[in-house]
Amino acid sequence: MSGVEIERVSFGYGGAPILDDVSLNVAKGEFFAFLGPSGSGKTTLLRLVAGFGMPSSGTIRVGARDVTLVPPWKRNVGMVFQSYALWPHMTVEANVAFGLEQRGLPRAEIGGKVRRGLELVGLSQLAERRPAQLSGGQQQRVALARTLVVEPEVLLLDEPLSNLDAKLRVEMRHEISALQRKLGLTTIYVTHDQEEANSVADRIAVLDGGRIQQVGTPVELYDRPANRFVATFLGTANILEGHVTGRQFQSGGISIPDIDRADGPAAMAFRPQDAQIAPPDGPGFGGTIARREFLGGTIRYSIAAGTHMIVVDVPHHRNASALEIGTPVSVMIEPARFVTLAG
Amino acid sequence: MTDVAVQPAPVRRTPYLARWAATPFHIGCAALIAAYLVAFLIVPVASVVFVAFWDGSGFTLVNFADFFRTSIMIESAWNSIYVGLMTVALASAIAVPLAYFTVRFRFRGAAIIQTLGVVPLVMPPFVGAVAMQLVFGKNGSINLLLMDAFGFRIPFMDGLNGVIFVEALHYFPFILLNLSASLANIDSAMEESAQNLGASGWRLFSRIVFPLALPGYVAGAALVFAKVFDDLATPLLLNVTNMLAPQAYLRVTSVGIADPMGYVISTILVVLSVMAVWLSLLALKNREFATQQRGGGGLSKREISRGERIAAYGFILAALFLALSPHIGILLLSVGTIWSFSVLPDGFTLAHYTTIFREAGGFMSNTILYCAIAALIDVVLGAMIAYLAMRTRLPGRHLLDQIAMAAVAVPGLVLGIGILRTYFPVDLPFGAGSLATFWLMLAIAYSVRRLPYALRSCSAALQQLHQSLEEAAENLGASKSTTLMRIVVPLMAGGILAGFVTSFATAAVELSATLLLVTRDANAPLSYGIYVYMQSPAGRGPGAALGVVAVVVVAIATWLSFRVAERDRAKRTRSGMAI
Ligand SMILES: Nc1ncnc2c1ncn2[C@@H]1O[C@H](COP(=O)(O)OP(=O)(O)O)[C@@H](O)[C@H]1O
Ligand SMILES: [Mg+2]
Repeated sequence: MSGVEIERVSFGYGGAPILDDVSLNVAKGEFFAFLGPSGSGKTTLLRLVAGFGMPSSGTIRVGARDVTLVPPWKRNVGMVFQSYALWPHMTVEANVAFGLEQRGLPRAEIGGKVRRGLELVGLSQLAERRPAQLSGGQQQRVALARTLVVEPEVLLLDEPLSNLDAKLRVEMRHEISALQRKLGLTTIYVTHDQEEANSVADRIAVLDGGRIQQVGTPVELYDRPANRFVATFLGTANILEGHVTGRQFQSGGISIPDIDRADGPAAMAFRPQDAQIAPPDGPGFGGTIARREFLGGTIRYSIAAGTHMIVVDVPHHRNASALEIGTPVSVMIEPARFVTLAG
Repeated sequence: MTDVAVQPAPVRRTPYLARWAATPFHIGCAALIAAYLVAFLIVPVASVVFVAFWDGSGFTLVNFADFFRTSIMIESAWNSIYVGLMTVALASAIAVPLAYFTVRFRFRGAAIIQTLGVVPLVMPPFVGAVAMQLVFGKNGSINLLLMDAFGFRIPFMDGLNGVIFVEALHYFPFILLNLSASLANIDSAMEESAQNLGASGWRLFSRIVFPLALPGYVAGAALVFAKVFDDLATPLLLNVTNMLAPQAYLRVTSVGIADPMGYVISTILVVLSVMAVWLSLLALKNREFATQQRGGGGLSKREISRGERIAAYGFILAALFLALSPHIGILLLSVGTIWSFSVLPDGFTLAHYTTIFREAGGFMSNTILYCAIAALIDVVLGAMIAYLAMRTRLPGRHLLDQIAMAAVAVPGLVLGIGILRTYFPVDLPFGAGSLATFWLMLAIAYSVRRLPYALRSCSAALQQLHQSLEEAAENLGASKSTTLMRIVVPLMAGGILAGFVTSFATAAVELSATLLLVTRDANAPLSYGIYVYMQSPAGRGPGAALGVVAVVVVAIATWLSFRVAERDRAKRTRSGMAI
């Protein structure tokens, strides 16, 4: 087993670059996720690791080996395709045995490995079926088994749950995560769903427009987003752009004291649950309730303050009374809860 | 899982050109295909065009000037254009109402119309031409009946009329099929949203239905025009020589392959044919664009009213009668004793069939041999070209694809003349004669002409094969060639088989190139045999019997290819994969 190093990789189909100077290190045994909106280049980057497409510049290493020019069939990097890509003319068993046959293993050994592989994903009974006779979740497991039996150095999963229904998605997510722990396999998991990434990954790389926006643990990304994109893609954020003058932050009619920053332009962000609503003329800045949404555990208020619309979540419990639209309030945020954004 | 460590695939030294996603094997294949196309398509056609502009020492337009000064040539050119346009008009008059019925009405007649779309195509027009004279000719069944009942005749088969009539009955399915496909692709939501916005009746038709259906119509009509221009045997069998294709044939075969006029006519035929096919492709490209917003279930169908039903069935039955009349005629001719100046043959016999099984066995075995070779070449080349074009990034791969497809626009007559011109001077060893008239050349000419059919079939099959199925194999350690053998070929098998059958069936009735390349009866195929028999009144019976045999062969092959394609589609949709 090995880690993956992606060093200054760029890629394009001739027009605008699809990936722009991407660098990443995935540690040995780590569960790593690529997270980003559709079209951000996640699949493209994953395919480059598997050898489908050649970077226009940069290097990809698996373990210590530079694989940039190595064709896909010599990489030993296992990929589970978004469409599963099971071969319809082969049985489940034949699908799973394929990779082992390519490695020239003796027949008896292949049989044993296939059996254990199917046991691992709980499909021992279905070995004789054809892919067409399986449900989506079962097809997914076959695809997983087919890749795992060859004991790849790295496991690549491209939106593995996107074709499953919501309930199965959560189930499979836990299963994949448990399987990865058990095998200790270096894994890269591509998804556009932040909840999914947060739940399974040790670390996440956030992609947008073919560039890495930030790399970190789920908590780091949520608590310390590096820029506006990360702040808004992972959860809701209030972002205020303005100026700091003498520890006083000014932005569109809102004024916040005690900011620990040098003078100059700044962008500040805070989460809806990091602000508190107080009666008017309290500490903080003033505003008026403009909209109210009941979300279950919380009530989300939109508050018109200066030229901004600030979103604040207030925990809800039975019998709690909600504020009416039009009520004047003041909004209070502890300075430590602010995050300063880069771009 | 972790008991025995699996070694990575043993490293074999196969160079892989990542930039082109190709192996040396692919490059070798591409080179081989290119050589084949150059030798048997490009060089022959180019030599024809070259001679038309060559005066022995340099470029010249003298030959063309001669063409336009010769009154028979001018007349032939006008006649060809006239016949082409009139055929399109007559074919449209049959096909357009039929297409409209199928997409607009919910009634059983639609099934008959679908059969009508195929029935004419299984019999080459020249086979039906003689029978049509017996049914619709001056002293044919219909006119004898008319004369008896009303005292007049209709000159269905006189001169150019005969060519137009025969060709229109044979080729109207091209318009029917293309137009129906276009109409079926119009989503009922498009029509409904126009109605929702207040359009109905004529406005709805002229603004929505007509523009969306036009590309399919144009594509079909252009193909009909090209086919008619290209058809040599029908006018010859109907004794019409003042058209371009017969003139070219007569000049080359009677004056000799050195006579420039044959080449001038051939060049004109190529140019017109290329233009018509190009127009057809252009129209189809627009159609894909127009209906890209998911193919809907066609226009909203409505129940047919009583009066409409009578009118529609009347029309469909008349069309069915017309479309089947060559088949019926040929069948009667093949089992009739003497058929002349009478509505039906005087008596019936199976003698013609015994004659052909005694005399004409060689024609049949030749056809099977040549067409099997041609179809085999076609599916091998077709599958390779499709694979190279879609799965590699070799430079020139699309050019290869386009050149192979361009064969569809080369008239068989021109290919035949070109092959004669190019390979006549090449002598085979052991005194076996000229390479141009060697029997294998017929198979090669067929393979070049039918390559587009096989290629289209293979391309469609490969297109349906999601690339991730191959990538998954590569990802698990299978090289390009292993992936090809274990994944691609098994999953393309249906398309390859359908391509084989289509090439085989259509090659079996090729006559234009055949007429030029056959020198000895011993080497002649079925289509040539029919032609030779049909030229003498005494040979008509056996000729018709051979025709029936050809129709049966083509019909079975066509049915097989439909079945194969259908089963393949069913298999795919059952696979229920999210691809
Ligand atoms: N074969 C291709 N040719 C041209 N552009 C492509 C191709 N495949 C993907 N792209 C483009 O590359 C970008 C990234 O695609 P992809 O990696 O699939 O995104 P993601 O997986 O993040 O949704 C998209 O803008 C997409 O349009
Ligand atoms: Mg993707």
